[in-house]
Formats: sequence, structure tokens, C-alpha cells
Amino acid sequence: MAVVLERIGPSHYKKMEPLEIAEKIKERFPLEVVEVTSFRDQVSVTVKKDRIVDICRYLHDDPDLDFDHLRDLCGVDYLGKKEPRFEVVYHLYSIRHRHMIRLKAQVPENDLRINSVTSVWVGANWHERECFDMFGIVFKGHPDLRRILMPEDWEGHPLRKDYPLKGPEKEWPGFIEVIEKAKEFREFEWGA
Amino acid sequence: MLIDTSTTGLVEVEEGTKILPPNVIITTLDKVINWSRLSSIWPTTFGLACCAIEMMAAGAAHYDFDRFGIIFRGSPRQSDCIIIAGTVTKKMAPVIRRVYDQIPEPRYVVAMGSCACTGGVFRTYSVVQGCDAFLPVDVYVPGCPPRPEALMEGMIKLQEKMRKEQARWSPWR
Repeated sequence: MAVVLERIGPSHYKKMEPLEIAEKIKERFPLEVVEVTSFRDQVSVTVKKDRIVDICRYLHDDPDLDFDHLRDLCGVDYLGKKEPRFEVVYHLYSIRHRHMIRLKAQVPENDLRINSVTSVWVGANWHERECFDMFGIVFKGHPDLRRILMPEDWEGHPLRKDYPLKGPEKEWPGFIEVIEKAKEFREFEWGA
Repeated sequence: MLIDTSTTGLVEVEEGTKILPPNVIITTLDKVINWSRLSSIWPTTFGLACCAIEMMAAGAAHYDFDRFGIIFRGSPRQSDCIIIAGTVTKKMAPVIRRVYDQIPEPRYVVAMGSCACTGGVFRTYSVVQGCDAFLPVDVYVPGCPPRPEALMEGMIKLQEKMRKEQARWSPWR
């Protein structure tokens, strides 16, 4: 118990202001940071995608930052609103220092690949699979990049803004199969 | 002991059921079978969304489905009925169909809630627009989610339906 108290005790944590963290990232990766925005004390650092693993590794390993907790990883589609079209958003939190930051990696439509951060946070595994499933963003170096929510033979990526809300014209074959099976089995029903 | 019918005689207690005092009951096989079936509906627990919470509330102490003989079973093979409680997604449809196929006849389906009845607010790519697309639904219970009283009403409606059945004893009629 004493060890735990020592680790998280108030004398051992050093909360940094989010803008301060953003400055630190900018200092370390001057060519990567595109812009820093702040909204209601939440700071977002928009970065280029190529060195995302290096940035994450730095944020995770630096003792002053110590972002040991990946709160969320998700994709965003800015179709018709912003270029480049996609962004992968990382919400980071430091359990020791109790500060957070948001990273946004730009992913253009013509090159939907970004490096996986599963080597930094293992918990990114399913989040990246979800992001791949919903937006079609390919995470290079991911150990098991399969669909996670939709059936594996589903076509298209449903959370894209140009995906039809009511689904594509062509019905998913798995569902057609169920309806066919229901028709086939109807003659065995007692009350039919 | 032989009963002297000349002195007692048949007494009609309700339509189609006569009693020969002291202990002979004359009725149709349908009536006996339907009565026994509707008095012990055992539904498979199949909760898919928030409706499942109402279904649990209906089964728990306050609303107490047990008093109708409705006891939730964990296995389709021990059930007579399936309550589709919640949003049916296309990915889930084959699973539901398989569970339904495992229920021995005679079997019944209750679609609980707007989603199971029609798809509800989810007019989207992933949601089945009413589970009657692939299941023979007997009772539709509307509501989002339906209160336990509504589900209870649905089960009583199912009992009424079962009471009226004729010769549902086998696939060959």
C-alpha cells in the first residue's frame, strides 16, 4: 500500500498545462506539428502521420509527460469540410501526472495508411481495428487488422460520410442467407 | 367403485368442459393440451438492448413472471418461446435464427419493443427492419422500451392465442 501511495502521492506528480505539453511536442518535432488548437482548455496538436509512432513513443516514455494511458483512438471523416479528408485522433492521459492532450494525425484520402501505435499502447489494438472497420484507414504494423464490428465479408466502411445511411443497394449476403433459410424452414413449422 | 350416473349427472362448468361428480372431467384434448402449454411458457433469455433490462424487471420479484408460469431458461432446448428483446442487427440475425431453430416445437416468438417490431429509430445499414423478416412472430409488443406491464400484456395475449389453438400437436395435420 505504501508503495502505491508513494507512486501516486501528490508530491510525485507534476501536472503540466496542456499548452505547455503542446510546446514540448513542437520543440521536439518541429517539422511534424501542423497546428495547435485550444478549445475550453483542451488542446489538440495536429501532426503529420509519418512519424506518429515516434511522437507517441516520446509522449509515452518521457518522464515529465508519461502518457501511459491511451484514453481513446478514433477516426474522423471531414469530407467536404477540410483537407486532408481523414484524421486519426489520439486522446492521451497520464495517470501519474494527471494531464491530458489530444493528438490528431492527418490521413489523406489517396494514402490511407498510418503506422500502428500498438507497440506503444497494447490497448490501441481494438481501437485501430474499429477505425479500420469504420473508415478504412489501414494501420501498418498492426498484429491483427480485421473488422471488429461489421461482419468480415461486409463491403464498405459505414462511418464514412459518403456511405449511404440505409446501406448499399446490394444486401449483405449473410442476411440474405438467413432470410432464405427462414423460407426454407417454414414448412417444418407446426403452426404454418 | 362404479358411479351411479343416473343420480349425479354431468355438470357443464364451462363451454366444452363437463364434470361428472365427484372426480371425472370430460373435455377435449385440445383444451387440456392448450391449458398445460399456456400455463408454463418458458422463454429463452435473449436480451439484445435496453429492452432486456425491462424484460429482467418483468421477470424479477416486483412484476414476477413466475406467477404466470413464465420461467426464463438459459437454453433454447428447454424453452417454448423466445422474446426478442432489443435491436436486431444483421450480424446478429443468423445467431437469433439458430437459437430459434434449436427451440423444440411448439414454439412461439414475441417481438419486444419498437426495434424488434420494425427496426424502430434505426433505419440504418446494420439493423434488421423488424425481426419478422426471418422469424414467425406471434406477438408484437410496442414501446421504447415497453414497460414490464406491456410485456406482461403481450405474454397474456400469447396465452390467449395458445388457448384458441386447435390440433397443434405435430407437423402433420
